[in-house]
Amino acid sequence: MCGIAGILSLDGAPVTGAHVEAMVRAIAHRGPDAQGLHVEGPCALGHARLSIIDVAGGHQPMTNEDGSLWITFNGEIFNYVELRHDLEQRGHRFSTNSDTEVILHLYEEKGDACVHELNGQWAFGLWDNRRRRLFLSRDRIGVRPLYYTATPTQFLFASEMKALCVNPAVRREIDLEVLDQIFTFWAPLAPRTILKHVSELPPGHSLSVDANGQQLQAYWRPSYRVDDRLKNADACADELLDLLTDATRIRLRSDVPVGAYLSGGLDSSVITALVNRLATDRLRTFSVTFDESEFDESRYQDDVVGYLNTEHSRIRCSNADIGDVFQDVVWHAERPIVRTAPAPLYLLSKLVRDSGYKVVLTGEGADEMLGGYDIFKEAKIRAFWASQPDSARRPQLLKRLYPYLQNVQSQPDAFLQAFFRVGAGTSNCFFSHLPRWQMTARMKILLSADAQARLASYDSLAELKASLPGDFDTWDWFARAQYLETAVLLPGYILSSQGDRVAMAHAVEGRFPFLDHRVVKFAASIPPALKMKVLNEKYILKRAAAAANLVPPSVTRRSKQPYRAPEAVSFVTPNRRGHLPEYVETLLAPDRVERDGVFNPVAATKLVAKVRAGRAIGIRDNMSFVAMLSTQLFIDRFINRAA
Amino acid sequence: MTLTMPQSVQSEIRTFVIENFMFGQGAQLKDSESLLEAGLIDSTGVLELVGFLETTFAIAVADEDLVPANLDSVERAARFVERKLKESSIAG
Repeated sequence: MCGIAGILSLDGAPVTGAHVEAMVRAIAHRGPDAQGLHVEGPCALGHARLSIIDVAGGHQPMTNEDGSLWITFNGEIFNYVELRHDLEQRGHRFSTNSDTEVILHLYEEKGDACVHELNGQWAFGLWDNRRRRLFLSRDRIGVRPLYYTATPTQFLFASEMKALCVNPAVRREIDLEVLDQIFTFWAPLAPRTILKHVSELPPGHSLSVDANGQQLQAYWRPSYRVDDRLKNADACADELLDLLTDATRIRLRSDVPVGAYLSGGLDSSVITALVNRLATDRLRTFSVTFDESEFDESRYQDDVVGYLNTEHSRIRCSNADIGDVFQDVVWHAERPIVRTAPAPLYLLSKLVRDSGYKVVLTGEGADEMLGGYDIFKEAKIRAFWASQPDSARRPQLLKRLYPYLQNVQSQPDAFLQAFFRVGAGTSNCFFSHLPRWQMTARMKILLSADAQARLASYDSLAELKASLPGDFDTWDWFARAQYLETAVLLPGYILSSQGDRVAMAHAVEGRFPFLDHRVVKFAASIPPALKMKVLNEKYILKRAAAAANLVPPSVTRRSKQPYRAPEAVSFVTPNRRGHLPEYVETLLAPDRVERDGVFNPVAATKLVAKVRAGRAIGIRDNMSFVAMLSTQLFIDRFINRAA
Repeated sequence: MTLTMPQSVQSEIRTFVIENFMFGQGAQLKDSESLLEAGLIDSTGVLELVGFLETTFAIAVADEDLVPANLDSVERAARFVERKLKESSIAG
């Protein structure tokens, strides 16, 4: 795991290596073990290395036998052992034991199509000197990040936007339409980013750049087609477990020790159990716990640690801890965020690093692939109700939703029903997500009059709709909901703000067996009725886990509790030294809000007062506050200070 | 007095809704507008509204009162409060 950067001169002029070195320095946190640079005429590639595979020989940028190809690569190719064997059979000779070199030889063999052979998480830039062409690629799901931009004379790319921003020719300007997207979907719609002149290479895409310009190509996207063969639940669970076991096995390939995150939920517990079965040494596990019982899962963590006998370390996160680190979190996330949940994971990755570990396996992706999120359950109840809209009993099931949210549970039935009675039935392509998106989008009321006027004709849902796969309308609502989670929220928030960025802030690499593309493909073929049996989420995974005695029964029987963290209260709770975070006062002061121009200072002041008075008890108020504060932090670090 | 009181109740409720749910940005809000349909109250919004009505007007809101017909607009909430106040004055 590393940081990558590069510059291609568009007018053929030689590139100055020092410019790429400056970009690499901006993302040095991603790769503290070594830095490398290769300059060749119009192209310069840079690399910050986190040494994990072939620690001695895997330096980058790396070239092939004849020096015609150079690569700078961030990520892991987990099937590199098998790919190397095949390539050697075809006559390729390797000079290192790294997975990086496998990409070079595979590109020699298959060109751009090499990416179809890769099982892993990657972002790379490959300079093909013979064709005078730069080839960029990003993994299928979007585990590893890759951004790019162009000035009149140069094309630039890097793992993080901050590396692009060191170049004074790169214009830094907020894209209000993307802010609208984040204030609706929680995530930007790639390739757009919150910076108007910076693009993100979307997951499952490659981009080539040469004298003819840029060519963006999709090589993979999520697709859902039920396999009738999988109607037998036991057979389905067995096959899932086999695939997950192999996905975990190849994700243990590493020349440094590998640990695991353990939240106490089903997904990370299953992965921890599989690692434990495959590992030879006693497994090291890590978790975060909370002062507030509403968020804390340490009881279940203890159950799993006891059951699997792992060596466990935990970090306790107070409300004030979140306030203390939130500005660093936004610096790493590089976008406004609507929840504080990345902050405890930022603290957790520091614990991992301080414990001497660089690599952790986690349970990310299970909720998207196997139907675990509450939004699927919510949509299922709404769909059931929509088929008999006059039924008095069907909407009673809404009370089964969000058992961990006291405020939802105490809401009067009539209002609960009115809140969820949104959308024109399951035929609406966004049926599953409309209540959530509409509620989130209400936070746009905080925007300044100017920002609202500039967004008056913008429709984020229309933009998303235009990007959907051609056969989207033929999928059932469950598949459509899964697609929206997998294509929008997963790469745009879960794997980025809450994943890569807060882990790599402390040079920790996450690996995700549930996101092995073989698992993803198989999961997409499981009938929805087996993913969620009645209202029992991730039924097939629970069945597989129970059959193999992977986790204690308390974990398979517990009700779903999504990972959450204390929100607005974190910024009005004094820390251990008795201080409130100073940046909150500074960035949300009315004159500052007015000067930055995005929010209405009167509205901002009233929301701040509500939070300070302890009256911000609702989800929307909390999201609004976190979104506003993180936007102000982003403007401060990426727009104002850079200028 | 009987003519001005409902207006005062309505205007107090309107001020609360605009300040609390719209952070002062509610000049366009119509008193007859559905708060749910306008997305102005989320899952906890109705609890905040009821808390305000009980505290400000010294009324008791029973479980069976918690329906959109009573609370889903400024106008409806004002009529509801007025009715409650009348009931308590008759009872008292």
